[in-house]
Amino acid sequence: MAAASAVLQSEWTKIRTVSSTVWTLASALLVTVAMSAALCALFKSTFDDLSEVEQATFDPTFASFSGMILGQLAMVVFGVLVVGTEYSSGMIRTSLAAVPQRATFLFSKIAVAGVLALVVGLATSFLSFFLGQALLGEHRTTLGADNVLRAVVGGGLYMGLIAIFSMGVATMLRSSMLSLGILVPFFFLISQILSAVPKAKEVAKYFPDQAGSKIMQVVPDAMGQEKAPYGPWGGLGIMLIWVAASLLGGYLVLKKRDA
Amino acid sequence: MIEAVGLTKRYGAKTAVYNLSFQVRPGVVTGFLGPNGSGKSTTMRMILGLDRPTAGHVTIGGHPFRQLPNAPRQVGALLDAKAVHGGRSARSHLLSLAQLAGIPAQRVDEVLGVVGLQDVAKRRSKGFSLGMGQRLGIAAALLGDPQVLLFDEPVNGLDPEGILWVRNLMKKLASEGRTVFVSSHLMSEMALTADHLIVIGRGQLLADMSVTDFISANSADFARVRTPQTEPAQREKLTAVLTEAGGQVLSEPDGALRVTGLPLPRISDLAHDADVRLWELSPHQASLEEAYMRLTQGAVDYRSTDDRLAHLQPAPHPGQPGYGMPPQQVVQDVPQQGWYAPPPPGQNPYAGAPQAPAPGPYAPPPAAPPAAAVPPSTTPQPSDTTKDAR
Amino acid sequence: MIELEGLTKRFGTKTAVDHLSFRVRPGVVTGFLGPNGAGKSTTMRMMLDLDNPTSGTVRIDGKHYRDLAEPLKYIGALLDAKAMHGGRSAYNNLLCLAQSNRIPEARVGEVLDLVGLTPVAKKKSKGFSLGMGQRLGIASALLGDPEILMFDEPVNGLDPEGIHWIRNLMKALAAEGRTIFVSSHLMSEMALTADHLIVIGQGKLLADTSMADFIQQNSRSFVRLRSPQQERLRDVLHGNGFIVVEAGNGTLEVDGATTEKLGELAAENGVVLHELSAQRASLEEAFMQMTAGAVEYHAHGTDVHGAQAPGPRWGPPPGSDSDPHAPTSEGA
Repeated sequence: MAAASAVLQSEWTKIRTVSSTVWTLASALLVTVAMSAALCALFKSTFDDLSEVEQATFDPTFASFSGMILGQLAMVVFGVLVVGTEYSSGMIRTSLAAVPQRATFLFSKIAVAGVLALVVGLATSFLSFFLGQALLGEHRTTLGADNVLRAVVGGGLYMGLIAIFSMGVATMLRSSMLSLGILVPFFFLISQILSAVPKAKEVAKYFPDQAGSKIMQVVPDAMGQEKAPYGPWGGLGIMLIWVAASLLGGYLVLKKRDA
Repeated sequence: MIEAVGLTKRYGAKTAVYNLSFQVRPGVVTGFLGPNGSGKSTTMRMILGLDRPTAGHVTIGGHPFRQLPNAPRQVGALLDAKAVHGGRSARSHLLSLAQLAGIPAQRVDEVLGVVGLQDVAKRRSKGFSLGMGQRLGIAAALLGDPQVLLFDEPVNGLDPEGILWVRNLMKKLASEGRTVFVSSHLMSEMALTADHLIVIGRGQLLADMSVTDFISANSADFARVRTPQTEPAQREKLTAVLTEAGGQVLSEPDGALRVTGLPLPRISDLAHDADVRLWELSPHQASLEEAYMRLTQGAVDYRSTDDRLAHLQPAPHPGQPGYGMPPQQVVQDVPQQGWYAPPPPGQNPYAGAPQAPAPGPYAPPPAAPPAAAVPPSTTPQPSDTTKDAR
Repeated sequence: MIELEGLTKRFGTKTAVDHLSFRVRPGVVTGFLGPNGAGKSTTMRMMLDLDNPTSGTVRIDGKHYRDLAEPLKYIGALLDAKAMHGGRSAYNNLLCLAQSNRIPEARVGEVLDLVGLTPVAKKKSKGFSLGMGQRLGIASALLGDPEILMFDEPVNGLDPEGIHWIRNLMKALAAEGRTIFVSSHLMSEMALTADHLIVIGQGKLLADTSMADFIQQNSRSFVRLRSPQQERLRDVLHGNGFIVVEAGNGTLEVDGATTEKLGELAAENGVVLHELSAQRASLEEAFMQMTAGAVEYHAHGTDVHGAQAPGPRWGPPPGSDSDPHAPTSEGA
């Protein structure tokens, strides 16, 4: 069997030698941090205009992650391109001829890209948190407060898992275009819209992004949100099930179908 | 008849074509040869009025292409098989071309039949293979029943049957009195197709002569001689006799002798006198490729590199001959062409150097730079990001 | 050594490869021929374990491809010139392949040098021409210094120097005892390169024989003789039961004889010969003869005016599609 260490090294070379890695990950970080900072500044200046309920349940930690709604899309793009360019360039045939053990190939790729996405995700969430808190002024919280560290680390995990989920989907669909065409509208529009529609929102609660984002909240049901039938870790667990399912689906497609 | 006079094309400091003068006559297939980057595509584009010459001019039937009345009825060209709108069917693609030139629609079905695409005429050309695209391009060239035809690498992507068909088509077109001008990199194919050759190197004319003259001018004919395999002494005896008589004798891999400088009857007589029996005595003409290589040597700088294998672990199969092992050299072997690597791409337009001439279909321009880094404050749009995915 | 046993591939109801069994031996260049849609590309993909066979097996040196630990050290393949990531430099494309099979990084520079791409090693491969992409693909095949090499249409896009170079490279690799398997549509090119041929049509094996035998079996071959003593020669040949055809210009043609035999005969009888040469049909003629009936697309004659020429002498009407895997490239 091909040595996993060799394949990991090869996948690391692949990922660091294309420019899309740098600009997708940099966008994920910068977009999240910048938009979170802007919204935190906005919260501070308009805090008095918020309703009493909103003021009472204001979650300064979650507020400093509000840019993730856009930043996660860059993570989706990163995850999709890591796998999708193998197919769009035809490199997949060369890659599989070099590493015919498909599980080794796929999981090495996902391990390398996933770890990278998690690291960038953690950096993003910590940066967003500190910058956001600095801008929130008197409404701020600290890392030492209850559950805050869990939420900040959770924000990083969330970003990384979104990327890994996208890799699994792209492996199943074997096309960057198709994967982006499904994932981007899903996370940016459909999931958001459905979570506001009665009945549909009961289902939408179990979507990977909706469930996973609970880990980032310190105040449950912050800002007048609906109560979720699961806690922060339960939500992350639901997201992990989605990720596992997409990876399993991707692996089965790669194993069964002709390259 | 195509006539180029003093044709010159410069791109900035680089001269792609320099002072090229030639005539392509009707009634024969004229081959157009040259190494990559020698200016073939540029020349073809100037003939078709796609590029404007820096100096000199080129005419078709006495007129520059752009001044030809109803050009599609006089000149047909296959430049790039994929220069077709992929969303259109083969038939509507041809139909739109026919309407532009005032050619009756019925002719479209005729040419589709000629190239064998009638069964896929209604299909979008996007799904066409390279060979089918090539056939469609040939159909378009034939549409106006023109007297002058230009083909750039016409057999690209075709299968053996298609190659044979294109070759016969070109010969037939020429025998009908048309002017047929074909460029190709396949010397063995060109040897079978062309009657006349125009060879350029570094944008300048190297040869303009018939294929037969070209081969005899640039290489030596030789005789292949074999003696009974059972008696190696006879072979040595004959070698000595022939060398003494002024012939040059080289050994071929299968043990035959390659003799230059002596006519066949003389070899026969010498063998007879030396009491050597012959198992073969056959005349050979050098190949077009050999002749071409000899001629263009000056125009191509190739470098020879050996595979040193310096950094590889021992081969996984011990006992197998090593890659780096020098091949057994017998002094009088027919010289094996070295493993020279073809011209360093830096010196060729196909390297995509900034000063490169507008490359033809075989030397696509360097692709656009990768999608620029997304400014920090904007959201990456999917349309941007997928550019890199391709 | 590559061994195929009963290899079969079906796409829906269409059988692309039908019980194919053959061996590719070391030390010679083996040509792989067949009309478009014959199943060549599918077969090559199954050899590399890229496509799953419906039934049958492929063994590389006795092993399944998937069981090779570092396959690039056993078998190198050029399948598709553009099978590289265009956004990555030529050097890095090769580097990640090398690392996956624990091939030292310095080897990357060596193969780039070998194929003449050193000056553009750091350039992104999407700016490469077809010929340069082809060279990059050849470099990737040579990376692991494998004993087995597969090339699918290697001369595609190369210029005459490049064609000449790859041909000599393949011959030199075979002469070193390696197994070389090469597919091509260019019969004239194949005739110069291959020693052994495997021909398939509609997914079935049509021939597995040496080049010389293939041509001999599928076309007329004869010996041409010229002599100053033509009358005498003809009598001698007649006397020994050979059928002699007068071909004008003082040449005689004899079917069903070897030059060796006729040379000895002439020597015994003291006849001087000015030519004694074996005349063979071209590989192309032999190929056309053999694959008649197995061609999927073909043109209708060569009449530019479109009048329906008498039906072509080979082949049934065009089929539907050639290869479900290669809609944009006819390198089937």
